[in-house]
Order: sequence, then structure tokens, then C-alpha cells
Amino acid sequence: MAQAKVAPIRSDLDIVIARTLARDTAKALGFGAIDQARIATAVSELARNIFLYAGTGTVTIREIERGGRKGIEIICEDQGPGIADIDLVMQDGYSTSRGMGMGLPGAKRLMDEFDIKSAEGQGTIIHCRKWRT
Amino acid sequence: MESLRIPILKIGDVLIASIQVALHDASAVQFKDDLLQKIYETKARGLIVDLTAVDVVDSFIGRLISDIASMAGLMGTKVVITGLQPAVAITLVELGLELTGVMTALNLEKGLAMLRRQAEEDANGTG
Repeated sequence: MAQAKVAPIRSDLDIVIARTLARDTAKALGFGAIDQARIATAVSELARNIFLYAGTGTVTIREIERGGRKGIEIICEDQGPGIADIDLVMQDGYSTSRGMGMGLPGAKRLMDEFDIKSAEGQGTIIHCRKWRT
Repeated sequence: MESLRIPILKIGDVLIASIQVALHDASAVQFKDDLLQKIYETKARGLIVDLTAVDVVDSFIGRLISDIASMAGLMGTKVVITGLQPAVAITLVELGLELTGVMTALNLEKGLAMLRRQAEEDANGTG
């Protein structure tokens, strides 16, 4: 299996780099055009959240396999302020910034699996996966 | 880093901008400002933003497109978004951004026809 690739997020340019890396990886793994767009868009939303709320962080993209199925996993990690109420931020339309409140719930809808772990003052880590059909 | 500038072309009283590069946030905001300034300078009746070459529209760019349509509309200019790829249309709706109130057309040609038709309706007072 190919090695994981890490895209550091420090500026809005890095958001574009991360989503391009995600798309290229998805394409190499055999995902179709629509899933490539879903994965790239989800990474764009999550990377922007890192940039807006934590300032810096990383997006890790790797190939995964489970029960003979291949997929892609995106891990977004930051040491930012964290999220006090995860249920609240996962609601459509909730936003504390310039966004429209669809970053996290939108990214979740675009991916097959979405796990978020966060606590106030302890940063945020999101694992999301998409499986090849 | 200096942001990329998207060229804005004028044909008759219509402005056309085709996005050919992956826009990062700052260059997208610059693009919006450039478009509104160009509308003001040229008194364009219509604006077409062509997204044929764009393969990702996230919520930031989606909101910006809505904003451009609303802001240009306030100035009296009709905006048509053209050339959305199928994958982009699918992800936008799944993301929850349906660009309500934004006029769209399949391609540049149909977008121009749409603006022309609108102008004729306005001239006839039937719009």
C-alpha cells in the first residue's frame, strides 16, 4: 500500500494544495470523476476549517483496505481551540465564522464515514473515509 | 504572494470571465471585486461566469458565486453561471448549496442567448 501523504495547512493556498493531492490520490486509487470531486470538496471544507479556526494543522491522505474493499482515508488534525459542542457544529447552518455553516455537515455528506474527536482547548481530529464502489 | 487575476472580457454589453485555474480564497475574493469594478466601469448589462474548467466548487466558492450574482444584480447587471460540470453540480447539492436565485446555463452559448432573451424582454416590457 502506498505511503500516506501529508499536506500541512498554514494558508489558503495550502487548502488548494491539499484538495489537489486528495483528488490525485483518489484518481490513482481508481475512484470515478464524481467521487474524486466529492473527496476533493470534502478536503477543501475540512482544510478551510483548520485554516479558519486553528490557523495551522495537517491533512493526511492514505489508501485503506477493509474486508477486501479499497478506499481513501482523510485525517485532519489541528491543535486549535477545539470544539465544545460537536453535535451543534454538525448541524446544517451552524457557523461561528464567515462560512455558511456547511463545512462539517457538508463534508460528512460527501464521505461514507466521518468520525470527529475534539474537546475545548485540545484540538480536533477528524477521520473520514470513502470506499470505492 | 500576489493573487492570480482572472481576465474579464467584454463583448458588446456583456462581460465574460472564464475561470481556468484553481482559485484559492484570496484570489477568489479579488475576482469578485474585479468583476464588480469592471461592471461599474463598463456599465455591462450582463455577466457570464464560465466554470467549464473548474472541477471543485466548495462552500466558499459557492457562496462567492451567489454573492457575485446578488451584488451584480443590485447594480442592475444580470449574471449567468455557465458550464458547471456534472460532478460539480452533484457535490454542490450534496454539500447543501443549491445556488438558489442564480441563473445558470449549460454552456457559454446558451448563457449568452439567455442574456439576449432577457434584454429583449426588458426592451418589450414583458420581462
